[in-house]
Amino acid sequence: MPLTSIFQIAGSAMTAQSQRMNVSASNLANADSAVGPDGQPYQARQVVFRVAPSATQPYGQQVGGVAVAGIVPDPAPPRMVYNPGHPLANQDGYVTMPNVDVVAETVNMISASRSYQANVEVLNTAKTLMLKTLSIGQ
Amino acid sequence: MIDRISDAFRFDQQALGLREQRQEVLSSNIANADTPNYKSRDFDFRAAMQGALEGRMHLPDTHLALTSARHIPGKATTPNPVELQYRQPLQPSLDGNTVDMDVERVEFAENTMRYQTGLTVLSGRLKSLMAAMQQ
Repeated sequence: MPLTSIFQIAGSAMTAQSQRMNVSASNLANADSAVGPDGQPYQARQVVFRVAPSATQPYGQQVGGVAVAGIVPDPAPPRMVYNPGHPLANQDGYVTMPNVDVVAETVNMISASRSYQANVEVLNTAKTLMLKTLSIGQ
Repeated sequence: MIDRISDAFRFDQQALGLREQRQEVLSSNIANADTPNYKSRDFDFRAAMQGALEGRMHLPDTHLALTSARHIPGKATTPNPVELQYRQPLQPSLDGNTVDMDVERVEFAENTMRYQTGLTVLSGRLKSLMAAMQQ
């Protein structure tokens, strides 16, 4: 029944977008974490989305929600900051800082929140339509 | 008598069913607005509606009987009236995603309105039928 599967589609998109926001928040929070539990500077993470079609659909005609395929570490090189007074500075006076791009993460956060809102609206519309369908002929 | 009543409502039923299905496709496009390599889908409502109305007499799916493990399973299915197509992207993005959020939301709003119109028309027809029955 398509109207109920809209709930599933929009719901999965909301879950995925909130996970993206979560990762983005972690990146922003750790933008200056020069050392992590493993002794290395924090490495930015990125969420990868994929389509999650429901199983019964014919090949090539799939529509479906979103699933998080994985969270991958950002391959960007670490930021080198010149700060000879820092306890973690190397012999040239540079400190290895996380490779978080603060501006890109902020944009990512805004984009995720807009997508989340769009899906909330889809969900609300589907709910209204379903309630109206239930009252046919009254 | 009953089949005539169901005949009278078949058109509205098909139209609502297809609107519902299109709503699902559009909501899937909106949900996947950030999925890399997702291609935006949609279908031609007019063609799907014509197909659904012409295909009223469609046969149930047929399977071939298999009497050996080496037989190839044969299956005859009536094609779905809904044929999903790909939307032409006006501003394709670098990650291969072709969802244009503005287009999708406009289509979604339009489809919602048309679904509600269908519901209203169906309600009106039901009411007039009820009125005729109570005369």
